[in-house]
Amino acid sequence: MQTEIIISGFGGQGVLFAGQLLSYAALEKDLHVTWFPSYGPEMRGGTAHCTVIISDDEIGSPVIRNPTAAIVMNLPSLDKYEPLVKTDGVLVVNTSLVDRDPEREDLQIELVPANEIAEELGDKRLANLVMLGALLNHLDVLSIDEVGASLKRHIPAHHRDLLQGNIKAMQRGTALAAGEKLAT
Amino acid sequence: MAKELLKGNVAFAEAAIRAGCEAYFGYPITPQTEALEHMAKRMPELGRVFLQAESEVAAINMVYGAACAGVRVMSSSSSPGVSLMMEGLSYIAGSEVPAVLVDIMRGGPGLGNIAPSQGDYNQIVKGGGHGDYHPVVLAPASVQELIDFTVEAFDIAEKYLCIVIILADGSLGQMMEPAELPEMKKVRSVKERPNWALTGARDRDPNIITSIYMDPLVEEELNRRLMAKQAKIEANEVRFRELMLDDAEIAVIAFGTSGRVAQSAVKTAREEGIRVGLLRPISLYPYPYERVRQIAGKVKEILVVEMNSGQMLGDVRIGNEGRVPISFYGRQGGVIPLPDEVLEEIRKIQSRINASE
Repeated sequence: MQTEIIISGFGGQGVLFAGQLLSYAALEKDLHVTWFPSYGPEMRGGTAHCTVIISDDEIGSPVIRNPTAAIVMNLPSLDKYEPLVKTDGVLVVNTSLVDRDPEREDLQIELVPANEIAEELGDKRLANLVMLGALLNHLDVLSIDEVGASLKRHIPAHHRDLLQGNIKAMQRGTALAAGEKLAT
Repeated sequence: MAKELLKGNVAFAEAAIRAGCEAYFGYPITPQTEALEHMAKRMPELGRVFLQAESEVAAINMVYGAACAGVRVMSSSSSPGVSLMMEGLSYIAGSEVPAVLVDIMRGGPGLGNIAPSQGDYNQIVKGGGHGDYHPVVLAPASVQELIDFTVEAFDIAEKYLCIVIILADGSLGQMMEPAELPEMKKVRSVKERPNWALTGARDRDPNIITSIYMDPLVEEELNRRLMAKQAKIEANEVRFRELMLDDAEIAVIAFGTSGRVAQSAVKTAREEGIRVGLLRPISLYPYPYERVRQIAGKVKEILVVEMNSGQMLGDVRIGNEGRVPISFYGRQGGVIPLPDEVLEEIRKIQSRINASE
């Protein structure tokens, strides 16, 4: 069983870190995992993306054409990855930065106003974790608790004060995807 | 040691440190710079030498100097930087001192780009610098292999007094995977260094290390010594991995990242009932010609997949000795082939085989 996730957005939106977080959680669950980043000039302000592949078996190619899930943080990412997600796959869209509806009808689509939720939580940098939380509601391979435990272990020391905010952001994303209404 | 999530560039740098690398000389170049950064931080902590040279030309000559002193030494770079090192590598080969180099290949020729490529195959595997020599070349396909082969590279280099080059590409340098680092090895004391090393000639005759032999007959002796060494390397150091070749009608041959991509395609093709297997050469010099020859005697067709215009293809042809048709699928310029592209090539070969039966 192999799960392929692409996380894509502007440089600075934390897409590489969100992917690493999934990778740490997979490693800590003794699964096979590869994290493959874009590492070009796009990291300095253009689009950035990473591919995370999680499997219970040895992983061949670290890159794939059709992911089982995609998190798109901005419009160029939606345009690029919406056509590529596998049928019945998951597409998590950051509606804060996307001004069109997804067109595919054969996907599990999650519309998340991630920037607004992040700002509500007091830090717009949390948008990536809101999106990740929404994705986790649709994924069998990792739970939000497992990813949260990895976050605790691997959040950089200089961001440790943001730990609770990050966890809250993930929970909000998951709750939104699960259709729960949370008091704000 | 437990597995950690490690980036390829950091992994091989730390592996070298744990293998007892005492000196690192380099110059930054994407996509291998994280290795240099890691060395810059770790080597001084351990009281070892890290030096960012003024260029790759200087860096490789510093490697040459440290190698003459009998310490474990390495450099790493990416394609254009490695080109600059070729003269120095030839001098190291001519002087018969051990050195380790990692080439994290990127798109080319010229300045090219920073995306993953396998375009340096011919340059690295066939020698690269001037004169008659072969470095040993190992091609990892995962972060774990990047670690393991780097450690092994120091042992091979010292065993044969030769250059060992780890040939990987930008994707391996940049990707993260769980991998296990080795235990920290103790660095040798000066007294424990090999007896040919330049350690100061107190109480012994001076050692001379040189690559200049003005008398052709004396130079020829060196060449013959190198040839004898290469014969031993070819007999002892051939390495490869393979998958599902036992009953295969089609053999895919691919190294490094291409090998991984091909592995995904081979597994999917098997699910479709296609009898296909994979040979992934690990030692590119010495090349597993004999294994290619055996496989060519059993399969109906061979498919070579590379991230270049068909460089290892030449070595597969040598091993094949004209036995079966060989087709080639490659992506160039820094593009990684995707598993479905390779799968499509396998399907095409299968329908050719079906049509001819």
